[in-house]
Amino acid sequence: MDGNGMPPAPITSIGEPLPMVDGPEKIAGKALYTSDFYDPSALAGAIKRSTVAHARIVSVDTSAAEALPGVHAVITGSETDEGHGVLPISRTELPIAHDKVRYKGEPVAAVAADSIEIAIKACDLIVVEYEELPAYYTAEDALAKDAVDLHDHREGNIERHVEFEIGDVDGGFADADLVHETEYHCAEVCQVQTEPHAAYVEYDGERDELTVRASTQVPYYVHLMLSKILKMPKSKIRVIKPYVGGGFGCRTEALNVEMITAMLARRAKGTVRTVVSREDTFITHRGRQEQTIKIQMGMTKDGRITAVDCKTIQRGGAHSGYGIVTILYAGSMLFAIYDLHNVRYDGKRVLTNTPPCGAFRGHGTVNTRHAFENAMDEMSKKLGLDPFAVRRVNLIPELGFTASDQWINSYGLPECLDIVEKASGWKERIGKLPPGRGLGLGCSHYISGASKPVNWTGEPHATVNLKLDFDGTVVILTGASEIGQGSNTILVQCVAEVLGIDPSRVKVVDADSRVTPKDNGSYSSRVTYMVGNAAIEAANNLKGMLVEAAARKLEVSPEDVECLGEVYRAGTQDEGMTFEEVVMAALEGTGTITAKGNFDTLPESWGGKKYRGAAIGGTMAFSYAAQVVEVTVDPDTADITVDKVWVAHDCGKALNPLTVEGQIQGSVWMGMGQALTEETSYHDGLLISGNMLDYRVPTFVDSPPIEAHIVESNDPHGPFGAKEAGEASLAGFLPALTSAVANAMGVRVHELPVTPDRLLQLLEDKERKMRSAAE
Amino acid sequence: MKSLLSLRVNGRQRDDAVSGNLLLVDYLREVVGLTGTKIGCDGGECGLCTVLVDGKAQHACLTLAGSCDGASVETIESLSDGGRLNAIQRGFHEKLGAQCGFCTPGMVMAAEGLLRTNPDPDEATIRTEMASNICRCTGYVKIIEAVRFAADELKSETEAA
Ligand code: FES
Ligand code: FES
Repeated sequence: MDGNGMPPAPITSIGEPLPMVDGPEKIAGKALYTSDFYDPSALAGAIKRSTVAHARIVSVDTSAAEALPGVHAVITGSETDEGHGVLPISRTELPIAHDKVRYKGEPVAAVAADSIEIAIKACDLIVVEYEELPAYYTAEDALAKDAVDLHDHREGNIERHVEFEIGDVDGGFADADLVHETEYHCAEVCQVQTEPHAAYVEYDGERDELTVRASTQVPYYVHLMLSKILKMPKSKIRVIKPYVGGGFGCRTEALNVEMITAMLARRAKGTVRTVVSREDTFITHRGRQEQTIKIQMGMTKDGRITAVDCKTIQRGGAHSGYGIVTILYAGSMLFAIYDLHNVRYDGKRVLTNTPPCGAFRGHGTVNTRHAFENAMDEMSKKLGLDPFAVRRVNLIPELGFTASDQWINSYGLPECLDIVEKASGWKERIGKLPPGRGLGLGCSHYISGASKPVNWTGEPHATVNLKLDFDGTVVILTGASEIGQGSNTILVQCVAEVLGIDPSRVKVVDADSRVTPKDNGSYSSRVTYMVGNAAIEAANNLKGMLVEAAARKLEVSPEDVECLGEVYRAGTQDEGMTFEEVVMAALEGTGTITAKGNFDTLPESWGGKKYRGAAIGGTMAFSYAAQVVEVTVDPDTADITVDKVWVAHDCGKALNPLTVEGQIQGSVWMGMGQALTEETSYHDGLLISGNMLDYRVPTFVDSPPIEAHIVESNDPHGPFGAKEAGEASLAGFLPALTSAVANAMGVRVHELPVTPDRLLQLLEDKERKMRSAAE
Repeated sequence: MKSLLSLRVNGRQRDDAVSGNLLLVDYLREVVGLTGTKIGCDGGECGLCTVLVDGKAQHACLTLAGSCDGASVETIESLSDGGRLNAIQRGFHEKLGAQCGFCTPGMVMAAEGLLRTNPDPDEATIRTEMASNICRCTGYVKIIEAVRFAADELKSETEAA
């Protein structure tokens, strides 16, 4: 009994809106991000970048730079002949271009010097002689018959051409009452995480070892690539991920800044700190590709989709990166949201002389989902159906495998639809709003981690270690990368819940290759699902040890021990033992305890074999989201104001409703940026939007209230039933916005972002047409 | 050419020889060693470097250190009292105004500047007054809640006093 006469009980952590465990450090300005590491001896690193978009490098003269006082190392493409990249089959990108440059801004040399001013001056003194080649800034130009190849191993500049047909597409179209074709174009967008890329690398000349700190989502991949590039044993490299200021996918692969800084540190035999400017962070890119999507869709008159034919072309930029994965996702993620049986897909990923694209939040799915949902909305208008009704008649009738062999174990989309329909007042308001105002609906989904990792090694997907010692603190050792999404908090909650102890007793040591178990990193929304499950297993193993120790002391069998979190007892009348006493009992004869937990995906979730690459899209759990967007459009300027967003996200059990809400709101808002204002722009391959004003990141005043609802269709395999929470809500915003604008103004913008000029143009065209029809 | 800069940083007097082109943000981070103030852009785009100069929120990346001679500069490191977060910081913690936290020091200082002049701002005022601070994680929703939380706490503190 405690002081209140209440029997002790395990403390609940799961489902509690716990503030982030590392919040106070961040909010007090104590959290150290990579660029916060300074050392008086550290040299400043700077990167010299190509001024041409496509050229053979004839020569690089570094003599003047090397002669500059204060310069300690100058490196060029000859520093390494090893390439890096995501998939083992396409590791062809060099950290510093060697024979060829393929985009304006690609690194061609780098300098470490006493100060950043000297390093930049030295970069200016490096003379690169180029022999220019024809450059292609659009997918169309790169695909032209006579175009020269950017890469020898990619003929015709096609990184990957994916084609599949599942079911009987022509038959499906024949069964349709309406067949409709539509085309959408999405501009290239960039993550613009607030922390510019940075790396801080210490070289230990005595041992020939490196300690690397980098602003990355994937310290393990950085480790692998550093070892490859530097031709250094992995054991001689230590990678630490400090606090990271966001990622959204731009850091899901090793970046040239980390590799270049490491090469500089080794060459200078010291410590090098490189902090990339905002402009160069844009150029490092790895954002979402420019993309054209053509969708042909067949529907019965009640709105049921009978067939889909999707053709898409992505402008991937100058290197492979995640390209193959992206173009595969764009196809496979047509499935697993609605009941589809007949689908044809033709996706081309094209190499162009622009900065390389990557795995932006919602990877692979967003642009195709935009086109798909718009197609549904366009067709619902033609058929005189309500967009909600069209979604509902296409819902997946039962759990199990899709026609593409993706495995669905939980499906909260129906409830998401109900919630946003009601919350937005859809039924009462749709079609009844005054001119210039409109509502639109969009649905979307995402995976909870890819069931097959890009780097298949045979190890479990996730491993967590727990350490428990004399002080009674449970330390979680995890390689998972906290980048602001709250992974450390979730792991604390998982472990505290299993043990029933106060979460403040649980601490996290994360992402240091010398200390923590390997983890693949924070991408594809894998961490909560996979690492969370591993943490639960580790905590259960630890609990087993504690129960056994308590049983020994209480002289009962372990089955008779009741674990109440902070108290272990053998019967209700028993005072029991405190957690500290149990810990001391457990340490007897063995000392510090370590417990381990693993997680592996089930083979059923590994995706299909129906076409080459069908494994991409396989996951243990899909999350779902529906959202309604309300807009007001100024009739004179075509300025669009997003008045409000109602979103419902099925994330399975919400382990932490507070952080889940934060993720949902952040996703919706990021979708809004892509839909309304964000766009990278190039002039002859030169980035001209390399700052947050020209790129147009939405500010406080551009941003709407976002009402987030959580749907908990608990997943049978998720940690306490949880699924993904940080990506699915992004994609739905885009089509909801275009549909809302269509409802407000009677025209639908097929190009993103939906700028006032684009909308005005359509409105003027419409008016002209109406006038000439009247005449 | 360096000249002597005398100012107060977080309540403490300092004298440093600084060159004329040294930015306040670099002075704070590299000379004083206060790395709480962040840099998120190439100048004036993001508000991450917001500090208070004589009580007013200002972009430290657009301010020359030398121009702060005789001034009092406050950074994020000054806000917590004996390690305990102040009302605004508690708001950011409790309401999840910080996700990755990289925009947070600037955001908190902007909120601090705002609440000192307007202790009870409504949502619209918060949106316009803090519009030069960018956050890429939160969609701003919970930041607004955090600032409102702080305003309410401060109100009940003054009422209690
Ligand atoms: S660092 Fe961006 S405004 Fe100062
Ligand atoms: S919390 Fe990450 S940028 Fe604001």
